[in-house]
Amino acid sequence: MGLAKRIIPCLDVDAGRVVKGVKFLEIRDAGDPVSVARGYDEAGADEITFLDITASSDNRDTILHVVEEVASQVFIPLTVGGGIREVSDVRRLLNAGADKVGINTAAVNRPELVKEATDKVGSQCIVVAVDAKSVSAPGDAPRWEIFTHGGRKATGIDAIEWAVKMAEYGAGELLLTSMDRDGTKIGFDLELTKSITDAVEIPVIASGGVGNLQHLSDGVLKGGADAVLAASIFHFGEYTVAEAKAHMASQGIEVRL
Amino acid sequence: MQRIAIIDYGMGNLQSVSKALEKVAPDDEVLVSSDAAVIQSADRIVCPGQGAAADCMRALHESGLAQSVSDTVHTRPFLGICMGLQVLLSHSDENGGVDCLNVIPGKVERFADPLTDDSGSRLKVPHMGWSEVSQTREHAMWKGISDNTRFYFAHSFYCVPEDSAVITGTTSYGHNIATAMSYGNLFACQFHPEKSAANGLKLLENFTQWSGES
Repeated sequence: MGLAKRIIPCLDVDAGRVVKGVKFLEIRDAGDPVSVARGYDEAGADEITFLDITASSDNRDTILHVVEEVASQVFIPLTVGGGIREVSDVRRLLNAGADKVGINTAAVNRPELVKEATDKVGSQCIVVAVDAKSVSAPGDAPRWEIFTHGGRKATGIDAIEWAVKMAEYGAGELLLTSMDRDGTKIGFDLELTKSITDAVEIPVIASGGVGNLQHLSDGVLKGGADAVLAASIFHFGEYTVAEAKAHMASQGIEVRL
Repeated sequence: MQRIAIIDYGMGNLQSVSKALEKVAPDDEVLVSSDAAVIQSADRIVCPGQGAAADCMRALHESGLAQSVSDTVHTRPFLGICMGLQVLLSHSDENGGVDCLNVIPGKVERFADPLTDDSGSRLKVPHMGWSEVSQTREHAMWKGISDNTRFYFAHSFYCVPEDSAVITGTTSYGHNIATAMSYGNLFACQFHPEKSAANGLKLLENFTQWSGES
Protein backbone atom coordinates (compact mmCIF):
# COMPACT_ATOMS: atom_id res chain seq x y z
CA MET A 1 0.00 0.00 0.00
CA GLY A 2 1.22 3.46 -0.80
CA LEU A 3 0.65 6.94 0.44
CA ALA A 4 -2.95 7.69 1.44
CA LYS A 5 -4.79 10.53 -0.28
CA ARG A 6 -5.63 13.08 2.38
CA ILE A 7 -8.92 14.70 3.29
CA ILE A 8 -8.47 18.13 4.80
CA PRO A 9 -11.29 20.17 6.33
CA CYS A 10 -10.60 23.89 6.11
CA LEU A 11 -11.81 26.39 8.69
CA ASP A 12 -11.96 30.16 8.46
CA VAL A 13 -10.82 31.76 11.69
CA ASP A 14 -11.53 35.41 12.47
CA ALA A 15 -10.07 36.99 15.60
CA GLY A 16 -9.68 33.56 17.18
CA ARG A 17 -13.13 32.19 16.37
CA VAL A 18 -14.29 29.77 13.70
CA VAL A 19 -16.63 31.72 11.45
CA LYS A 20 -19.53 30.59 9.33
CA GLY A 21 -20.12 27.95 11.96
CA VAL A 22 -19.75 24.22 12.02
CA LYS A 23 -22.80 22.07 12.48
CA PHE A 24 -21.79 18.48 12.88
CA LEU A 25 -21.02 15.87 15.48
CA GLU A 26 -21.58 16.87 19.07
CA ILE A 27 -19.55 20.00 19.24
CA ARG A 28 -20.62 22.20 22.08
CA ASP A 29 -19.07 25.38 20.81
CA ALA A 30 -19.03 25.56 17.02
CA GLY A 31 -16.95 28.72 17.15
CA ASP A 32 -14.17 27.26 19.25
CA PRO A 33 -11.24 26.20 17.05
CA VAL A 34 -10.05 23.61 19.56
CA SER A 35 -13.46 21.89 19.76
CA VAL A 36 -13.83 21.92 16.02
CA ALA A 37 -10.33 20.62 15.39
CA ARG A 38 -10.80 17.88 17.96
CA GLY A 39 -14.09 16.92 16.33
CA TYR A 40 -12.41 16.59 12.95
CA ASP A 41 -9.53 14.59 14.43
CA GLU A 42 -12.03 12.15 15.95
CA ALA A 43 -13.93 12.03 12.66
CA GLY A 44 -10.78 10.84 10.90
CA ALA A 45 -9.56 13.98 9.12
CA ASP A 46 -5.97 13.56 7.94
CA GLU A 47 -5.00 17.15 8.51
CA ILE A 48 -6.67 20.46 9.36
CA THR A 49 -6.21 23.82 7.69
CA PHE A 50 -6.96 27.12 9.38
CA LEU A 51 -7.32 30.16 7.23
CA ASP A 52 -6.88 33.27 9.35
CA ILE A 53 -9.12 35.95 7.87
CA THR A 54 -8.61 38.42 10.69
CA ALA A 55 -8.58 41.84 9.09
CA SER A 56 -7.65 44.01 12.04
CA SER A 57 -3.96 44.11 12.81
CA ASP A 58 -4.86 44.48 16.50
CA ASN A 59 -6.15 40.94 16.51
CA ARG A 60 -3.45 39.40 14.38
CA ASP A 61 -1.72 37.65 17.25
CA THR A 62 -4.91 35.86 18.27
CA ILE A 63 -4.18 33.19 15.67
CA LEU A 64 -0.98 32.33 17.55
CA HIS A 65 -2.96 31.55 20.69
CA VAL A 66 -5.43 29.53 18.66
CA VAL A 67 -2.59 27.52 17.12
CA GLU A 68 -1.01 26.94 20.52
CA GLU A 69 -4.28 25.71 21.96
CA VAL A 70 -5.09 23.44 19.04
CA ALA A 71 -1.59 22.00 18.71
CA SER A 72 -1.50 21.15 22.38
CA GLN A 73 -4.70 19.13 22.19
CA VAL A 74 -5.08 17.80 18.65
CA PHE A 75 -2.39 15.51 17.33
CA ILE A 76 -2.76 15.60 13.57
CA PRO A 77 -1.00 18.00 11.18
CA LEU A 78 -2.14 21.60 11.26
CA THR A 79 -1.65 24.06 8.40
CA VAL A 80 -2.22 27.76 8.98
CA GLY A 81 -2.51 30.40 6.28
CA GLY A 82 -3.49 34.04 6.06
CA GLY A 83 -1.64 37.23 6.82
CA ILE A 84 1.89 35.89 6.28
CA ARG A 85 4.25 38.67 5.20
CA GLU A 86 7.70 37.80 6.50
CA VAL A 87 9.78 34.80 7.43
CA SER A 88 9.30 35.88 11.04
CA ASP A 89 5.53 35.35 10.65
CA VAL A 90 6.23 31.82 9.46
CA ARG A 91 8.51 31.15 12.38
CA ARG A 92 6.05 32.44 14.93
CA LEU A 93 3.31 30.17 13.62
CA LEU A 94 5.59 27.14 13.55
CA ASN A 95 6.81 27.88 17.05
CA ALA A 96 3.20 28.14 18.20
CA GLY A 97 2.62 24.61 16.93
CA ALA A 98 1.63 24.83 13.26
CA ASP A 99 3.19 22.11 11.11
CA LYS A 100 2.88 23.97 7.85
CA VAL A 101 2.32 27.59 6.94
CA GLY A 102 0.46 28.71 3.85
CA ILE A 103 1.81 31.71 1.94
CA ASN A 104 -0.40 33.44 -0.58
CA THR A 105 -0.37 37.13 -1.50
CA ALA A 106 3.05 37.73 0.01
CA ALA A 107 4.52 35.19 -2.41
CA VAL A 108 2.94 37.01 -5.34
CA ASN A 109 4.28 40.33 -4.10
CA ARG A 110 7.73 38.95 -3.41
CA PRO A 111 8.42 35.38 -4.62
CA GLU A 112 11.81 35.33 -2.87
CA LEU A 113 9.95 35.08 0.41
CA VAL A 114 9.21 31.44 -0.42
CA LYS A 115 12.89 30.77 -1.01
CA GLU A 116 13.88 32.48 2.22
CA ALA A 117 11.24 30.66 4.23
CA THR A 118 12.07 27.21 2.90
CA ASP A 119 15.77 27.83 3.46
CA LYS A 120 15.04 28.64 7.08
CA VAL A 121 12.39 26.12 8.04
CA GLY A 122 12.51 23.46 5.35
CA SER A 123 10.29 22.81 2.34
CA GLN A 124 8.02 20.48 4.26
CA CYS A 125 6.73 23.44 6.31
CA ILE A 126 5.84 25.73 3.42
CA VAL A 127 2.61 25.51 1.46
CA VAL A 128 2.09 28.03 -1.31
CA ALA A 129 -1.54 28.89 -1.91
CA VAL A 130 -2.23 29.19 -5.64
CA ASP A 131 -5.47 31.05 -6.32
CA ALA A 132 -6.22 30.64 -10.00
CA LYS A 133 -8.97 31.83 -12.28
CA SER A 134 -9.72 31.01 -15.89
CA VAL A 135 -8.87 33.84 -18.29
CA SER A 136 -9.33 32.11 -21.63
CA ALA A 137 -12.31 32.70 -23.88
CA PRO A 138 -14.62 29.74 -24.57
CA GLY A 139 -13.16 27.64 -27.36
CA ASP A 140 -9.61 28.89 -26.81
CA ALA A 141 -6.85 26.84 -25.23
CA PRO A 142 -7.47 26.95 -21.47
CA ARG A 143 -5.40 29.39 -19.50
CA TRP A 144 -5.51 30.41 -15.86
CA GLU A 145 -4.00 33.34 -14.04
CA ILE A 146 -3.16 34.02 -10.42
CA PHE A 147 -5.58 36.30 -8.66
CA THR A 148 -5.27 37.91 -5.25
CA HIS A 149 -7.73 39.62 -2.91
CA GLY A 150 -10.19 36.75 -2.95
CA GLY A 151 -10.19 36.50 -6.72
CA ARG A 152 -10.82 40.18 -7.39
CA LYS A 153 -7.37 41.33 -8.36
CA ALA A 154 -5.68 40.01 -11.48
CA THR A 155 -1.89 39.67 -11.47
CA GLY A 156 -1.31 38.61 -15.06
CA ILE A 157 0.77 35.68 -13.82
CA ASP A 158 0.15 32.38 -15.61
CA ALA A 159 -0.99 29.83 -13.00
CA ILE A 160 0.97 26.87 -14.33
CA GLU A 161 4.18 28.85 -14.71
CA TRP A 162 3.64 30.18 -11.22
CA ALA A 163 3.14 26.70 -9.75
CA VAL A 164 6.35 25.48 -11.38
CA LYS A 165 8.24 28.52 -10.11
CA MET A 166 6.98 28.08 -6.55
CA ALA A 167 8.04 24.43 -6.61
CA GLU A 168 11.48 25.52 -7.83
CA TYR A 169 11.62 28.06 -5.03
CA GLY A 170 11.24 25.25 -2.54
CA ALA A 171 7.54 25.07 -1.71
CA GLY A 172 6.79 21.69 -0.13
CA GLU A 173 3.22 21.64 -1.32
CA LEU A 174 0.70 23.68 -3.29
CA LEU A 175 -2.81 24.50 -2.16
CA LEU A 176 -4.59 25.04 -5.45
CA THR A 177 -7.90 26.89 -5.34
CA SER A 178 -10.05 27.55 -8.35
CA MET A 179 -11.47 31.00 -7.74
CA ASP A 180 -14.12 30.25 -10.38
CA ARG A 181 -15.37 27.27 -8.43
CA ASP A 182 -14.86 28.41 -4.85
CA GLY A 183 -18.23 28.35 -3.08
CA THR A 184 -20.13 27.00 -6.11
CA LYS A 185 -20.41 23.36 -4.97
CA ILE A 186 -20.19 22.18 -8.61
CA GLY A 187 -16.85 20.41 -8.18
CA PHE A 188 -13.16 21.18 -8.62
CA ASP A 189 -11.89 22.72 -11.84
CA LEU A 190 -10.42 19.37 -12.90
CA GLU A 191 -8.71 20.69 -15.99
CA LEU A 192 -6.85 23.25 -13.91
CA THR A 193 -6.06 20.66 -11.23
CA LYS A 194 -4.70 18.18 -13.77
CA SER A 195 -2.63 20.85 -15.49
CA ILE A 196 -0.97 21.81 -12.21
CA THR A 197 -0.47 18.28 -10.84
CA ASP A 198 1.13 17.28 -14.16
CA ALA A 199 3.46 20.27 -14.05
CA VAL A 200 5.03 19.88 -10.60
CA GLU A 201 6.72 17.12 -8.58
CA ILE A 202 5.45 18.34 -5.22
CA PRO A 203 2.11 17.37 -3.64
CA VAL A 204 -0.95 19.37 -4.67
CA ILE A 205 -4.04 19.92 -2.52
CA ALA A 206 -7.15 20.56 -4.61
CA SER A 207 -9.60 23.12 -3.33
CA GLY A 208 -12.63 25.11 -4.41
CA GLY A 209 -16.05 23.86 -5.45
CA VAL A 210 -16.64 20.62 -3.54
CA GLY A 211 -20.37 19.91 -3.24
CA ASN A 212 -20.51 16.13 -2.96
CA LEU A 213 -18.35 13.10 -2.34
CA GLN A 214 -17.82 12.27 -5.99
CA HIS A 215 -16.18 15.67 -6.39
CA LEU A 216 -13.55 14.60 -3.87
CA SER A 217 -12.88 11.36 -5.76
CA ASP A 218 -12.72 13.21 -9.06
CA GLY A 219 -10.10 15.57 -7.64
CA VAL A 220 -7.85 12.56 -7.07
CA LEU A 221 -8.79 10.30 -9.99
CA LYS A 222 -9.21 12.93 -12.71
CA GLY A 223 -7.32 15.89 -11.27
CA GLY A 224 -4.36 13.91 -9.92
CA ALA A 225 -4.53 15.67 -6.55
CA ASP A 226 -2.64 14.30 -3.56
CA ALA A 227 -5.11 15.73 -1.09
CA VAL A 228 -8.55 17.28 -1.24
CA LEU A 229 -9.68 20.21 0.84
CA ALA A 230 -13.28 21.06 1.57
CA ALA A 231 -15.19 23.27 3.95
CA SER A 232 -18.94 23.50 3.80
CA ILE A 233 -19.81 19.88 2.96
CA PHE A 234 -18.19 18.85 6.23
CA HIS A 235 -18.99 21.86 8.37
CA PHE A 236 -22.71 21.68 7.81
CA GLY A 237 -22.93 17.97 8.38
CA GLU A 238 -23.89 17.10 4.81
CA TYR A 239 -21.23 14.42 4.84
CA THR A 240 -18.82 13.09 7.42
CA VAL A 241 -15.12 12.62 6.79
CA ALA A 242 -15.69 8.88 7.29
CA GLU A 243 -18.32 8.84 4.54
CA ALA A 244 -15.94 10.70 2.27
CA LYS A 245 -13.20 8.16 2.90
CA ALA A 246 -15.53 5.21 2.41
CA HIS A 247 -16.67 6.70 -0.88
CA MET A 248 -13.13 7.29 -2.08
CA ALA A 249 -12.00 3.84 -0.96
CA SER A 250 -14.89 2.24 -2.88
CA GLN A 251 -13.39 3.75 -6.03
CA GLY A 252 -9.98 2.33 -5.38
CA ILE A 253 -8.43 5.42 -3.81
CA GLU A 254 -6.10 4.71 -0.91
CA VAL A 255 -7.20 6.47 2.23
CA ARG A 256 -6.31 6.21 5.89
CA LEU A 257 -9.14 4.33 7.55
CA MET B 1 7.33 10.30 38.59
CA GLN B 2 9.95 10.30 35.91
CA ARG B 3 11.49 13.13 33.98
CA ILE B 4 11.36 13.23 30.18
CA ALA B 5 13.61 15.80 28.54
CA ILE B 6 13.03 17.08 25.02
CA ILE B 7 16.29 18.40 23.65
CA ASP B 8 15.81 21.98 22.46
CA TYR B 9 18.61 22.92 20.10
CA GLY B 10 16.61 25.70 18.52
CA MET B 11 15.27 23.86 15.50
CA GLY B 12 11.56 24.01 15.18
CA ASN B 13 8.42 23.39 17.07
CA LEU B 14 8.75 21.33 20.21
CA GLN B 15 5.34 22.21 21.50
CA SER B 16 3.53 19.34 19.77
CA VAL B 17 5.94 16.68 21.03
CA SER B 18 5.87 18.10 24.51
CA LYS B 19 2.07 18.36 24.67
CA ALA B 20 1.62 14.89 23.23
CA LEU B 21 3.92 13.44 25.92
CA GLU B 22 2.07 15.35 28.62
CA LYS B 23 -1.14 13.86 27.35
CA VAL B 24 0.05 10.24 27.41
CA ALA B 25 2.06 10.56 30.63
CA PRO B 26 0.18 13.09 32.79
CA ASP B 27 2.07 12.05 35.93
CA ASP B 28 5.51 12.53 34.42
CA GLU B 29 7.53 15.70 34.22
CA VAL B 30 8.03 16.73 30.59
CA LEU B 31 10.72 19.35 30.06
CA VAL B 32 11.80 21.17 26.93
CA SER B 33 15.40 22.02 27.66
CA SER B 34 18.64 23.26 26.19
CA ASP B 35 20.45 22.82 29.50
CA ALA B 36 22.94 19.94 29.40
CA ALA B 37 22.60 19.35 33.15
CA VAL B 38 18.83 19.05 32.95
CA ILE B 39 19.09 16.69 29.99
CA GLN B 40 21.73 14.62 31.77
CA SER B 41 19.44 14.25 34.80
CA ALA B 42 16.41 13.06 32.82
CA ASP B 43 15.17 9.48 32.80
CA ARG B 44 14.17 9.58 29.16
CA ILE B 45 15.28 11.70 26.23
CA VAL B 46 13.44 12.85 23.11
CA CYS B 47 15.42 14.35 20.25
CA PRO B 48 13.08 16.00 17.73
CA GLY B 49 14.08 18.32 14.93
CA GLN B 50 12.86 20.09 11.87
CA GLY B 51 14.47 21.97 9.04
CA ALA B 52 17.62 21.40 7.08
CA ALA B 53 20.38 19.00 8.14
CA ALA B 54 23.15 21.61 7.99
CA ASP B 55 21.22 23.99 10.25
CA CYS B 56 20.38 21.20 12.69
CA MET B 57 23.99 20.02 12.95
CA ARG B 58 25.27 23.56 13.33
CA ALA B 59 22.71 24.20 16.08
CA LEU B 60 23.62 20.95 17.85
CA HIS B 61 27.32 21.84 17.82
CA GLU B 62 26.98 25.52 18.67
CA SER B 63 24.67 24.79 21.58
CA GLY B 64 26.95 22.05 22.87
CA LEU B 65 23.95 19.72 22.81
CA ALA B 66 25.60 17.29 20.40
CA GLN B 67 27.54 16.23 23.50
CA SER B 68 24.30 15.77 25.43
CA VAL B 69 23.03 13.46 22.73
CA SER B 70 26.26 11.42 22.86
CA ASP B 71 26.11 11.32 26.65
CA THR B 72 22.55 10.03 26.84
CA VAL B 73 21.90 8.07 23.68
CA HIS B 74 23.39 4.84 25.05
CA THR B 75 22.41 5.19 28.67
CA ARG B 76 18.62 5.58 28.88
CA PRO B 77 15.50 5.30 26.70
CA PHE B 78 16.09 7.70 23.82
CA LEU B 79 13.62 8.61 21.08
CA GLY B 80 14.66 10.35 17.86
CA ILE B 81 11.99 11.85 15.62
CA CYS B 82 12.37 12.91 11.96
CA MET B 83 15.46 15.20 11.83
CA GLY B 84 16.17 13.94 15.34
CA LEU B 85 16.66 10.56 13.67
CA GLN B 86 18.57 11.80 10.64
CA VAL B 87 21.18 13.65 12.72
CA LEU B 88 22.00 10.33 14.40
CA LEU B 89 23.38 8.82 11.21
CA SER B 90 26.94 9.34 9.98
CA HIS B 91 26.38 11.65 7.06
CA SER B 92 23.57 13.43 5.25
CA ASP B 93 23.57 14.36 1.59
CA GLU B 94 21.38 17.40 2.35
CA ASN B 95 22.83 20.91 1.85
CA GLY B 96 25.70 19.56 -0.24
CA GLY B 97 26.78 17.07 2.42
CA VAL B 98 26.89 17.32 6.20
CA ASP B 99 28.63 15.14 8.76
CA CYS B 100 26.23 13.98 11.43
CA LEU B 101 26.59 12.35 14.85
CA ASN B 102 27.43 8.80 13.72
CA VAL B 103 25.39 7.11 16.45
CA ILE B 104 23.80 4.87 13.80
CA PRO B 105 26.41 4.22 11.09
CA GLY B 106 24.89 5.02 7.73
CA LYS B 107 23.84 7.87 5.53
CA VAL B 108 20.89 10.06 4.69
CA GLU B 109 19.97 10.32 1.02
CA ARG B 110 17.47 12.26 -1.04
CA PHE B 111 14.61 10.50 -2.79
CA ALA B 112 15.33 9.86 -6.47
CA ASP B 113 14.13 12.46 -8.97
CA PRO B 114 11.87 11.42 -10.57
CA LEU B 115 10.61 8.92 -8.05
CA THR B 116 8.23 6.18 -9.18
CA ASP B 117 6.47 3.24 -7.55
CA ASP B 118 6.57 -0.40 -8.73
CA SER B 119 3.94 0.25 -11.38
CA GLY B 120 5.83 3.23 -12.77
CA SER B 121 3.51 5.87 -11.33
CA ARG B 122 5.18 9.07 -10.26
CA LEU B 123 5.57 9.73 -6.54
CA LYS B 124 5.72 13.22 -5.11
CA VAL B 125 8.64 14.57 -3.10
CA PRO B 126 8.43 15.60 -0.26
CA HIS B 127 6.89 12.35 0.92
CA MET B 128 4.05 14.08 2.71
CA GLY B 129 1.14 12.34 4.38
CA TRP B 130 0.11 9.05 5.89
CA SER B 131 2.04 5.90 4.92
CA GLU B 132 2.08 2.41 6.32
CA VAL B 133 4.90 1.28 8.54
CA SER B 134 5.67 -2.41 8.33
CA GLN B 135 7.00 -3.68 11.65
CA THR B 136 10.00 -5.68 10.51
CA ARG B 137 10.67 -6.99 13.97
CA GLU B 138 9.05 -7.10 17.37
CA HIS B 139 9.75 -4.22 19.67
CA ALA B 140 8.27 -2.92 22.90
CA MET B 141 7.57 0.38 21.13
CA TRP B 142 5.11 -1.38 18.80
CA LYS B 143 2.99 -2.66 21.66
CA GLY B 144 -0.72 -2.18 20.90
CA ILE B 145 -0.01 -0.85 17.39
CA SER B 146 -1.09 -3.01 14.45
CA ASP B 147 1.41 -3.94 11.78
CA ASN B 148 1.13 -1.66 8.72
CA THR B 149 -0.46 1.17 10.67
CA ARG B 150 -0.30 4.51 8.89
CA PHE B 151 1.82 7.28 10.41
CA TYR B 152 2.32 10.87 9.28
CA PHE B 153 5.46 11.67 7.27
CA ALA B 154 6.90 14.92 5.91
CA HIS B 155 10.39 14.48 4.48
CA SER B 156 12.51 14.56 1.32
CA PHE B 157 15.52 12.66 2.70
CA TYR B 158 15.60 9.15 4.16
CA CYS B 159 17.99 7.02 6.22
CA VAL B 160 20.11 4.18 4.91
CA PRO B 161 21.67 2.47 7.95
CA GLU B 162 24.73 0.31 7.26
CA ASP B 163 23.62 -2.47 9.58
CA SER B 164 20.20 -3.69 8.52
CA ALA B 165 19.81 -5.27 11.97
CA VAL B 166 18.83 -1.85 13.35
CA ILE B 167 15.83 -1.60 11.02
CA THR B 168 12.64 -1.98 13.03
CA GLY B 169 10.10 -0.62 10.57
CA THR B 170 9.98 0.04 6.85
CA THR B 171 7.78 2.02 4.50
CA SER B 172 7.33 1.61 0.80
CA TYR B 173 7.90 4.87 -1.03
CA GLY B 174 9.64 4.30 -4.32
CA HIS B 175 11.32 1.38 -2.63
CA ASN B 176 11.40 0.05 0.90
CA ILE B 177 12.98 2.63 3.17
CA ALA B 178 13.91 2.26 6.82
CA THR B 179 11.47 4.41 8.77
CA ALA B 180 12.03 3.05 12.28
CA MET B 181 15.35 2.05 13.75
CA SER B 182 16.35 0.74 17.13
CA TYR B 183 19.53 -0.22 18.85
CA GLY B 184 19.66 -1.02 22.57
CA ASN B 185 17.91 1.80 24.39
CA LEU B 186 17.54 3.91 21.25
CA PHE B 187 14.42 4.04 19.09
CA ALA B 188 14.11 6.51 16.25
CA CYS B 189 11.50 7.09 13.58
CA GLN B 190 11.23 9.08 10.38
CA PHE B 191 7.51 9.68 10.87
CA HIS B 192 5.95 12.05 13.39
CA PRO B 193 4.22 10.16 16.22
CA GLU B 194 3.15 13.49 17.73
CA LYS B 195 1.15 14.14 14.54
CA SER B 196 -0.12 10.62 13.92
CA ALA B 197 -3.38 10.72 15.88
CA ALA B 198 -4.21 7.83 18.24
CA ASN B 199 -1.53 5.42 17.00
CA GLY B 200 1.14 8.07 17.29
CA LEU B 201 0.10 8.81 20.84
CA LYS B 202 0.23 5.08 21.57
CA LEU B 203 3.83 4.94 20.36
CA LEU B 204 4.72 7.87 22.61
CA GLU B 205 2.95 6.22 25.52
CA ASN B 206 4.96 3.08 24.87
CA PHE B 207 8.11 5.18 24.98
CA THR B 208 7.22 6.54 28.42
CA GLN B 209 6.92 2.97 29.67
CA TRP B 210 9.73 1.33 27.75
CA SER B 211 12.49 -0.26 29.82
CA GLY B 212 15.02 0.60 27.15
CA GLU B 213 15.66 -2.97 26.16
CA SER B 214 15.17 -4.13 22.62
